[in-house]
Amino acid sequence: MALIALENIELTLAERQILKNINLQVHEKEIITLIGPNGAGKTSLVKVVLGLIKPTRGKVVRQQKLSIGYMPQQVVVEPTLPLTVERFLKLVRRASNKDIQNALARVGVTHLQRSPVQNISGGEMQRVLLARALLNKPQLLVLDEPVQGVDVGGQGEMYQMISSLRDELGCAVFMISHDLHLVMASTDTVICLNQHVCCSGHPEHVTQDPAYLEIFGQYQPQHVAVYTHHHDHHHDLHGDIVQGGASKEDSAQEPQNQHNHEGCNHG
Amino acid sequence: MADFLLYALLGGVGVALVAGPLGSFVVWRRMAYFGDTLSHSALLGIAFGILMDINLSVAVILGCVLLASVLIVLQHNRQLAVDTLLGILAHSTLALGLVVVSLLDNVRLDLMAYLFGDLLSISLADIAMIYIGGLLVLACLYFLWHPLLAITIHEDLARVEGLPVNQARAGFMLIMALVIAMAMKIVGVLLITALLIIPAATARRITNTPEQMALGASIIGAIAVMLGIGLSYWWDTPTGPSVVLSASFLFALAYSFPKSSSYQ
Repeated sequence: MALIALENIELTLAERQILKNINLQVHEKEIITLIGPNGAGKTSLVKVVLGLIKPTRGKVVRQQKLSIGYMPQQVVVEPTLPLTVERFLKLVRRASNKDIQNALARVGVTHLQRSPVQNISGGEMQRVLLARALLNKPQLLVLDEPVQGVDVGGQGEMYQMISSLRDELGCAVFMISHDLHLVMASTDTVICLNQHVCCSGHPEHVTQDPAYLEIFGQYQPQHVAVYTHHHDHHHDLHGDIVQGGASKEDSAQEPQNQHNHEGCNHG
Repeated sequence: MADFLLYALLGGVGVALVAGPLGSFVVWRRMAYFGDTLSHSALLGIAFGILMDINLSVAVILGCVLLASVLIVLQHNRQLAVDTLLGILAHSTLALGLVVVSLLDNVRLDLMAYLFGDLLSISLADIAMIYIGGLLVLACLYFLWHPLLAITIHEDLARVEGLPVNQARAGFMLIMALVIAMAMKIVGVLLITALLIIPAATARRITNTPEQMALGASIIGAIAVMLGIGLSYWWDTPTGPSVVLSASFLFALAYSFPKSSSYQ
């Protein structure tokens, strides 16, 4: 049984359609990466999955007592609030001191334990947030742009950490990638979202594609993969769907993946 | 010592102790303007309390809770920025309060006492109310401390982690209304927010954890009350503004020393 299943989700906020016709399931130990342009509704979809937003239509079926570790996109703590990293992690109620030390060690920032959260860098904060998600002993990790603002080398490291955490904890991962084309290598399924699911499939390794080799060859990014989009439509400036228009990506490469466009009810 | 001075000290210190932790949250949550709006509406509460012949403190609390609910509704489908909305509500309710009070011609009301506080005329019954209300507020804060701190840092995260977010928010509003009703006696409608935020901002300078800051704010507030009452007694200055000025003095003092490396 899926940990979480979304059935025909539609979301309209202030008369603006944010999400339509979303069907997806997150299974145990599965890694799903969500990609899409700005304003595609990625964060909204994550919030529906988390139960923070109630969809206008459709059903969210969650496994009973599902424990979720959530890592939001950005957490900025008011400078007026004196708070160390350790105290920040203690906000997870059932976390003992030992749990906190273990979680910090797992994400490699033990030395930050007593630092004020306002004094650590963006990349360090991402790790601390991951540690907080781990303290919830998650069956499902939900990560909103976990490597945003992290350099390419650090991205690979972070991705490797997430993927080995999946193996250690046996949890599923549902995450948003900040990049339209680069995703975590161990992703099982990539979902391209633009209000509806445009396409989905499995990512390819970076090193197989000469075009990306040229760009990233010198960095030798590990744990990062390329996702090639296969759209049978594109979106105009208003985000409306234009049928049959092949995008550049489509003409450049033959589709290699099984993908299902039945979900796209245009109009 | 004269009774009225002892009462003033007891009452003032009682309110300051409660205002410390609450004021810390007002600072952390950037709700100073919200506190202003609630306290400005307190006079309207007084006016309607007299009209409907109910206990004035209860009227103030009801008024604040009502206004807070209106604000929450307006914020959800808002067309205006929050600070504009707060400004409109704050001054409209204050103006309406002043107008309604002026129309109550068979009631003599010491308007100045409500606007600027009248600590020296505090009665034993007032002190009882302050301490009973204060204990209630502190008890609520004790139980809500963890979820309130968590939602102050990140509300969505707190919600996903299963904390009672809505209850914490509603509880905070209620506590705020209670404290405003209490503090009105001490510093008056116009200066309540100062009593909440100045001691908290002062305490930030010399503390390292949220709990230290809350406690520090209580102590600093209590010192400000004592200084203010002294000032008022010896130089015959108005009590509420004297208390606030004392708090400002302590604030300036704390920030005039170079920042100690042991406090981050």
